[in-house]
Order: sequence, then C-alpha cells, then structure tokens
Amino acid sequence: MTKTVEPLVRVTGLTKRYGDTLAVDGVDLMVRPGEVYGFLGPNGAGKTTTLRILTGLISPTSGTVRVLGGSPGQAQVLARTGSMIESPAFYPYLSGLDNLRLLAEYAGVARAKIDEVLELVDLADRAKDRFSTYSLGMKQRLGVAAALLKDPELVILDEPTNGLDPAGMRDMRRLIRELGSGGRTVLLSSHLLGEVQQICDRVGIISAGRMVAEHDVEELRNEQELVIRARPLESAHSVLRRVLGGDAVRLYDDTLRATVGPNRAAEVNRLLVEAGIAVSELRSTERALEDVFFELTTEEKAHAG
Amino acid sequence: MLGSYRAELLKLRKRGAVWVLFAAGLVLSLIFGYLLPYLGYATGEENQQTSGIPRSEVLRGLLPERVMDNTIGGYPVFAGALALVLGAIVVGGEYTWGTLKTILSQRPGRGTVLVGQLLGLLTMIALWVVGMFAACALCSIGIAAVENGSMNWPGPLDLLTGFAGGWLVLSVWCLAGAVLAVAFRNVALPIGLGVVWILGVEALFAGVVTSLLPDLEFLADAMPGANAGALVFAVTGMTATDAPPGVRDAVSGDRALWTLLAYAAVFVVLALVTTRRRDIA
Ligand SMILES: Nc1ncnc2c1ncn2[C@@H]1O[C@H](COP(=O)(O)OP(=O)(O)O)[C@@H](O)[C@H]1O
Ligand SMILES: [Mg+2]
Repeated sequence: MTKTVEPLVRVTGLTKRYGDTLAVDGVDLMVRPGEVYGFLGPNGAGKTTTLRILTGLISPTSGTVRVLGGSPGQAQVLARTGSMIESPAFYPYLSGLDNLRLLAEYAGVARAKIDEVLELVDLADRAKDRFSTYSLGMKQRLGVAAALLKDPELVILDEPTNGLDPAGMRDMRRLIRELGSGGRTVLLSSHLLGEVQQICDRVGIISAGRMVAEHDVEELRNEQELVIRARPLESAHSVLRRVLGGDAVRLYDDTLRATVGPNRAAEVNRLLVEAGIAVSELRSTERALEDVFFELTTEEKAHAG
Repeated sequence: MLGSYRAELLKLRKRGAVWVLFAAGLVLSLIFGYLLPYLGYATGEENQQTSGIPRSEVLRGLLPERVMDNTIGGYPVFAGALALVLGAIVVGGEYTWGTLKTILSQRPGRGTVLVGQLLGLLTMIALWVVGMFAACALCSIGIAAVENGSMNWPGPLDLLTGFAGGWLVLSVWCLAGAVLAVAFRNVALPIGLGVVWILGVEALFAGVVTSLLPDLEFLADAMPGANAGALVFAVTGMTATDAPPGVRDAVSGDRALWTLLAYAAVFVVLALVTTRRRDIA
C-alpha cells in the first residue's frame, strides 16, 4: 500500500490568467491511480478552469501538467480520459443514442459500448428521445455516459450533481462511487462538502484560485470535538478556556464545542462538575467538514490579504 | 479522420435545417429557372425573367440542352448565400451549443475534427448540386415533352465542368460561412455579415467601381462573388443577355478558378489555425 505509485495527474504551479483575473493561481494537485479525488471549492474558485486545462481545452498561462504520463489534449491521453466539463453539451436535435453514436465515431469506440453505458446511467429507455427533451438530470447522466464511452482509466467530472434534485443527486453519487470502486480513477469537482465527504477518498480544497489543502478525507473527518451542554454555560466556557486554551473552545447558542478527542471527555466532565456546573450533555462528534473548510479558506484569505 | 468525417455526416444528415436550406435553394432555382420563364413563354406575356428575349429563345433556355445554366446560374448569389448559411450554422452551432468541447474531449485532435467537419460540408454541397441538377433535369424533360422541344443534353464533359464549377462556387461560400463562424464563435453574426456581403456589398461595390472609381476595378475583380459569377459564366457558356444576377464575365474563367481555389485555401487555413490555437470554453 505504501509503495509510491506514479500519479495519474500531476499539476505543479498551474496558473491561468484572464486579463486582470487570475482564475487559477499556482495550483499543485496530484491524483493517484484508483482513487476518487474530490476537487472542492466555492463557485468561482477555479475548478472548471483547472479541469479545462487538464482536458486540453484551454492552455495554461504557466505551470506544468502531466496527465496519464502525457500532456493534456494529446490523442493517446484523450483516448484514456473521459470527461464532462461544466454543463453537459450535446446536439439538441439528435437523440441521446445518436449523440453517443457520433461520439463513438470520433473516439473510435465500438457501437456495443453505447448500450452498455446507457444501461449503466439508466438512460436506455429514453435513449431514442431527442436530447432537447431531456430533464437536467438526464442530460447530466448522458454526460456521464459519454465520459464512460471510452472505458477510460481516468474520469473527470465537473460538478456532476449541479442542479439535480435530491433523488438525482443520490443516484449520481451512487454511480460515481461505483465507478471509483471499479478500479477507475475519478477526479470530481464539487462545491458541496457533504458530497465530497460521501464519495471521495482524498480532497483538494481550492479557494480563489489557490489550493489551500490536500488531505485524505478520513484524516479530515477524524478531527473530533466535544459538544457540551451545561448550566451556567458562560461559567463552563471560562473554565474550559482556562484549562484547554482559548482556541480550543467555542461558544454557540446553547452549546460549547471543544476541539479535543473523546479520550478527554471524562476529564472535561470532572472539571465542570468540580466547578459546580450542571452538565446535561457531553458527547463526542466528528467535526463537520464545513467547519474545517471554512477555517482553511478564511485562513487563506487572511494570508492573501 | 474517417471517424470524424462519418460523425459529421451523421450530424448533417439528421439536421433538419440542412434540408430546409437545400429545399429553399431547390425551390428558388426551379421558380426562377423554370416556372417564371415557362409561364412567360406559355402566356406570351413578358416578365422580369423573359423581358427582351425572343419567345423561341425563352423556350430553348428551358430545354435539357441548357439544364446546367439553370442548375448553377443562381449559385454565385442566391444558392451561395444559402451555402454560406449552411457553413455558419454547422460550424457556429458547435460554439453556441458548446458541443465543440464535447467532441474535442474525444480522441482526435482539433485539426482532424475540423477537417472532418469541412469535408462533411463539402460532401453535403456536392449532394445539393446533384439534387438540384436532378430536379432541373426533370423539369426540362417535362417541358421538352410538352412543347415538343429537342431532347439534346449537354456533353458529359460540359456536365462535369458544370458540376465542378457549381460545387466550387457553393463550397467557397460555405467555407466563408464556416470561417466567419470560427472567428465569431457564433451563428447569427456570421450569417448576417455574410448574407449582407453576398446580396448587397459586392453588387454595390462593383457598381460604384464601374461608374465612379475605375481605378479600383482590380479590387472589384478580386472579390469572391465576382469570381464566382465569372466561373459560372465561363463553365455554362451563357450570353450576357440571359445571365442571371451576379453572373458576368468580370474575369476569365481560368482566373476565376484560381482565385476561388485561393479563397477556399485561405478560409480553410484561417479556420484551422484559429481553432487549433484558441481556448475552448
Ligand atoms: N473565459 C473566461 N474569461 C474570463 N474570466 C474567466 C473565464 N473563465 C473563468 N473565468 C473566471 O475565473 C474564475 C474561476 O472560474 P471557474 O474556473 O469557472 O470557477 P469554478 O468552476 O470553481 O466555479 C472566475 O472568477 C471566473 O469569472
Ligand atoms: Mg465550475
């Protein structure tokens, strides 16, 4: 497990400038074979721009990009990459089936593959309808089908759940997890933390064009904290701040949260009780990725500004 | 390359607008080539198509002997404008629908995709020419039968040069539409500019040059429309009196041929260079 494997995607110092805006600013990114990598960031962070560069649609202003051992856009790299960038774009007057047929012509893929991917994204029974009559969810699924047509080693999906209803999101996420478990490498962008947490093995967080962190999702998730309900809450707050340090304790409406592991729960309880405070609840939870993310991105802004 | 070409043929074949344009060209050429002149002939009244031409000459113009004139006579201007629209909607559509990114993410490189697309368009243009010829031939057979006219057909070589000349004229306009669409990444603007150019600017410019600025004649004679008209004039062997609008001997047939080929080459190279270099959003 620990042997070093050549990454499928290696990006270093990637920059893309549009006039005065730096859409991507010195991004480093590495995707290892077989993992589902989540490229996480708020809208306008530079995700789509980065993925466009990886697929050879736009050229970087500076930086180096290696995909599957080659340069983005090379025929032998494209042949092993399937992608859906931004919104799914197809010929509206053609059926889903005909759209895939002509992509198969372009890609040099056997026709038999078409039925297989249509089945996989659950679009077989609507395949003969015009693309323009599809719902957003169906368009999105056709986009994924097109990305899988080449049976690619690397699948790049740019916010594939964007605009879907909850059921559509759930199906799409299940599909992506299936792809990831089949030995494929998936690079997925998203602005939804929960989604990345559910689907991905590793996550790279981008904000305002810069990578702010790259982590195993487990590692992020394992940050624990204690949730404490007690009365009087203010006294509990000051006691814990004194013992655990000011940074580790935060006061919310009717709870305290302390960034300490579950192994210190008993100690915290004893401290509070000894100070004459009534503790009504004390439990350990995983820190929400939201909090971690918010911390990381605001830190980055503070550094930048 | 073959895959890109086949994919393009599939897109063209299934696109309604392509056939609407073809039908428009067909109807126009039948109305102006056969219906109006024949009505004029049959009723003996004069109309724009027949004014000043002896009645027997009007009939001769409708018989199989002159089928090529009627097939490609409208190519420099009217069918040319339709071919330009074809090039613009096919290439521009890839930008407005965003499908260019989808096909460029497949295997072939940008050059291959575009060349496949242009070859598909030129194939479609060839189909147009053959289709219009077939319709015109049927009309002329019918008229010859009804009016007891002669069933003489142009020789095979004349037919072949007619096809080739007509195809080249439409192809140049189609490529012009394509390169404008690449330049503007759009459909509507290229159509607007191209059609205004074909239907208005060239004729206006030629008129101004002849009457006011004879020194600029070399410029007027270098325009694509003038050369398209000259090529059609040369390959059909029309006379100036019965030539349709835009068809005249501005330059010799040889010169028109080379000028049009040069335009076609420039359009293709410009489209290729631009497509290969740019960012595709
Ligand atoms: N073609 C373009 N021209 C100018 N600015 C652009 C272009 N594409 C993206 N941008 C800008 O780059 C930034 C990053 O955009 P994008 O990569 O689409 O973000 P994301 O996909 O993370 O939402 C945004 O500020 C956006 O406005
Ligand atoms: Mg985006």
